[in-house]
Amino acid sequence: MITKRIIPCLDVKDGRVVKGVNFLGLNDVSSPVELASFYSECGADELVFYDITASAEGRSLFTGILKQAAAEIFIPLTVGGGINTVDDFDRVLKCGADKVSVNSGAIKNPSLIHEAAKKYGDQCVVLSVDVKRVDGRFTVFARGGRDNTGMDAIEWIKKCVADGAGEIVVNSIDTDGVKQGFDLEMLEAVCDVVSIPVIASGGAGCIDDFTKLFKALPKVDAGLAASIFHFGEVSIKDLKNTLKNEGINVRI
Amino acid sequence: MIAIIDYGVGNLFSLKSSFSFINEEAVVTGDPQVIEQCDRIILPGVGAFGDAAEKLRNTGLDKTVKEQAAKGKPILGICLGMQLLFEKSYEYGEHEGLGLIKGAVKPIADVIPKDYKIPHIGWNALIFPKDREKSRLYKYTNEGECVYFVHSFYAADCRESVTADAEYGALLTASVENKNVYGTQFHPEKSGKVGLGILKAFCEI
Repeated sequence: MITKRIIPCLDVKDGRVVKGVNFLGLNDVSSPVELASFYSECGADELVFYDITASAEGRSLFTGILKQAAAEIFIPLTVGGGINTVDDFDRVLKCGADKVSVNSGAIKNPSLIHEAAKKYGDQCVVLSVDVKRVDGRFTVFARGGRDNTGMDAIEWIKKCVADGAGEIVVNSIDTDGVKQGFDLEMLEAVCDVVSIPVIASGGAGCIDDFTKLFKALPKVDAGLAASIFHFGEVSIKDLKNTLKNEGINVRI
Repeated sequence: MIAIIDYGVGNLFSLKSSFSFINEEAVVTGDPQVIEQCDRIILPGVGAFGDAAEKLRNTGLDKTVKEQAAKGKPILGICLGMQLLFEKSYEYGEHEGLGLIKGAVKPIADVIPKDYKIPHIGWNALIFPKDREKSRLYKYTNEGECVYFVHSFYAADCRESVTADAEYGALLTASVENKNVYGTQFHPEKSGKVGLGILKAFCEI
């Protein structure tokens, strides 16, 4: 039976993990490779590296880190941030990424998903979408949640899936950072219209939030989080053991 | 030395790295002479069967692989590389494979329930067939351990060659072998310690 996936996300800026962490046994808590390797040892099923660098110099630091991670960590790696063209796909895939996540890039360039899926296969293209309720309607936001695109999220997701997105990360701006649990209502609305894997993001504050997610929405395939793992509020080992005890199929 | 065959399909960085990690020397090559000199062969692959089979034929590497297989050299096909070992595939039409293992590649949609997602993507547990000995590939692997899959097609009509299955609403072929020719539908190079153990076992065959 396929297992539910737990995915930590690392925000990388100028070659360092942005959010401070303090783990026992880690010498350099802001080294992306060291932290990624630690998560992999703890049972993370996949890793997301999110490049939040703006400069060209930072970008080359990022690809260097990616190469180093791919040489040491043998679980699927997804890369996101600053993916605007098929050449960007090429750049990170050559450094060892298995999947590439597109967000604002797909909004700016509506043919990006189709072109990338044709070249690298659907399985390689992950649609990441930031969604917020505006007047009761699920609306797509761009540029890290700063710009309201006015687009209906469900319609946007359907279009991207038809274009060849192989997985989708749904990040709820409404629940992100609140730590009161995933946005089950939003996720259910997405699960109802797609038949590709759905990764829930935004809102996890404790282990129980993951249990609730997978119990309430069996169609959700994975849970993604960043700060609760980085700050040690939730350990991946404890999380997976709890899920297992709750009857949810996970890889231990 | 292990030859990772480069015929212009997919990204071989992780695969090469995984061998370095277990202290095995591997070379990414499309040169038949280099492949002949290596003592083991990896046939990788991602993408569509038809395109990959054509590229393999156009480079003439299909002949190299078949010759080396006939000589008894251990060969491991991974993901689409495993599918290419079969006689044919029904992925978007009908395409001829290398014919090193009996059977055909068919859509998983034929056998899994309608509400299951396609592709079969993620970590799934290995199930060993009860009626045969554990494959040498699983020297360091126990039944029930998880490996990473990404595929929409599976190897069918090959029961006699199956060394492991995965359950996804139906039993899907996870690995096969025919004498010195081995194949895994999953990606050992993306399957953590379990996967590295499988690659190590292959290097010790």
